[in-house]
Amino acid sequence: MLVPSRTARRVIHLLFLVAFVPVFALPFAVIVVASFAGAWSGALPSHPTLGNYAAATSGDSLHALLTSLITAVAASLIALTVGTWAALAADAAGRGLRRVLDGAFVLPVAVPSVVVGLGLLVAFSKPPLLLNGTPAIVIAAHTVLVTAFAYQSVRAAATRLDPAFAQAAAGLGATPLRVLLRIRLPLLLPSLTAAAGLCFALSMGELSATMMLYPPSWTPLPIRIFALTDRGSLFSGAALAVLLMAATLAVLLAVGRIRTRADHR
Amino acid sequence: MTALADSAVEAAAAEQPAGIRFEDVTVSYHGTTVLDGLTLDVRPGEVMALLGPSGSGKTTALRSVAGFVEPERGRIHLAGRDITELPPHRRGIGMVVQSYALFPHMRVDQNVAFGLQAQRVPRAEIPARVADALGKVGMADYARRHPRELSGGQQQRVAIARALAIRPRVLLLDEPLSALDAQLRTGMLAELARLHRELPELTILYVTHDQIEALTLADRIGVMRDAKLVDCGTAEELYRAPRDEFVARFLGGANLLPVRIVGDGPRAGTLAAALVGPDGVDASAEPLAVTGGGVAAGERALVCVRPHLLRLAGDAGLPGTVVEVQWRGAVHRLTVDVAGHAVTVDAPELKAPPAPGETVRLSVAAEDAVLLGSGRRG
Repeated sequence: MLVPSRTARRVIHLLFLVAFVPVFALPFAVIVVASFAGAWSGALPSHPTLGNYAAATSGDSLHALLTSLITAVAASLIALTVGTWAALAADAAGRGLRRVLDGAFVLPVAVPSVVVGLGLLVAFSKPPLLLNGTPAIVIAAHTVLVTAFAYQSVRAAATRLDPAFAQAAAGLGATPLRVLLRIRLPLLLPSLTAAAGLCFALSMGELSATMMLYPPSWTPLPIRIFALTDRGSLFSGAALAVLLMAATLAVLLAVGRIRTRADHR
Repeated sequence: MTALADSAVEAAAAEQPAGIRFEDVTVSYHGTTVLDGLTLDVRPGEVMALLGPSGSGKTTALRSVAGFVEPERGRIHLAGRDITELPPHRRGIGMVVQSYALFPHMRVDQNVAFGLQAQRVPRAEIPARVADALGKVGMADYARRHPRELSGGQQQRVAIARALAIRPRVLLLDEPLSALDAQLRTGMLAELARLHRELPELTILYVTHDQIEALTLADRIGVMRDAKLVDCGTAEELYRAPRDEFVARFLGGANLLPVRIVGDGPRAGTLAAALVGPDGVDASAEPLAVTGGGVAAGERALVCVRPHLLRLAGDAGLPGTVVEVQWRGAVHRLTVDVAGHAVTVDAPELKAPPAPGETVRLSVAAEDAVLLGSGRRG
């Protein structure tokens, strides 16, 4: 134990709470309170209402939530597939190719997302690859931005995986495909689900690149929240923000359950 | 070659007795040679142990048979067929590694069934084959457990069952007992010996750094050092007449005493040798009868005497001063200074062991004092 004294531990816990509550918890609490407010002119909100949620779960707002969910699921699945494939390829590759792949997949993290958005806009605005103005360009941008996280998560796990498992399977007569499907991927499942959760959460909250690319028919939730608050509808925006958090959290918890089951097998 | 043709070749090869032949097999990693020109025949149904210290190349030799390392030079044959280029999953070899590598996400029965499914054994046959394999290693009652619920010894048995379930012609064992404690290791050694009695047609290549495992199990032992095979023979050949100093010391512990040949011995095949002291001068007045040949009178050589073959004699034999006495239960281990050489003697428990400083005389039968490298051919 780092701090053996009980009193010292209590002081540290108190300090943590004093630092943690205002910085991390308070902004979330304010958003939740604001989502139920009709007005907020004094120190505390007034005119409590569920109207903000009624508006958030109908019309354009509901459409925005569905758009975000579809975009995040699609981007996460593509990112997970591409990232896993590349991570396994890097694991088997020579040192040179491994370095190239590691560098290529860290690039979207190093480059600001606005630059990624601009890059896609320029690249896909003319035939034959005309994606500008379609939902595909938004999904493509999210995929580019989150694949790096999938790659890095799976890559780290693949490096730690004892090659003896795959070799034992091959020695028993399993083809490389069977080794991948029955041994390597199941053993990598905890990191795959962790990567999926991370990709989903990042995609659900992505704003900068989406802002440059989204067509009017495909408005994800963060854009809708930004538009509402920009117009001064703070409480409607807060209700949507709570929905965004709740949807993301629900998916992360569901993915976490898969992970927990995989870990305990 | 097409997969179909390959399968046909494999099916035909399956009916031949399965020996392993290494032909000048060399493996290098990043410019470092880890296996240097290994040439060795493992006969069908034989247990061959590759014995050597860490880094001697024994595991690399085994992994090259399994197909996990690619030889830079040389060929490997299995049952007369060149398998050097064959991918691991087409070799039909069972292998048990040091860490067992049981699949943690599968139950014991699923682990054992894995190889059968991979080899497309008819689904209806699999449960019986799994039960048979688990029964052979006494693990039938643990079929529904996960590997993490088993002890090290139990995991080892499952790993063997998994390797045997596919009915391989060759079983590769890579230090399979090294993760077990001494008591379990002794038990598993007996189990492995029993298993081989039950499956006499199975060829086993056994890699170990433990000489007791090699001496207990192997029909023949290949001793490896610095990426090379330095000696190969039956356990008795290597033990009684080691080729060089390394083999003598590595296998069973030995007293290696420098001698000078002074003439013929009392019987055919023996020589008379005088013990040479650290100063290079003949130290024994009475010559020692040793077994060996090919060394002319006047030449120097090393004679190998195992500690338990030296006897405390009455008045005859080499005189020495007792330096240390250890009681080891069944034996007394004595360290005796003989003409400046520390000689180890394992004497059956002595009623009145000599005290340090006391003078004793040591004798050894001519056939138990063997000149290094002279006892065998090949």
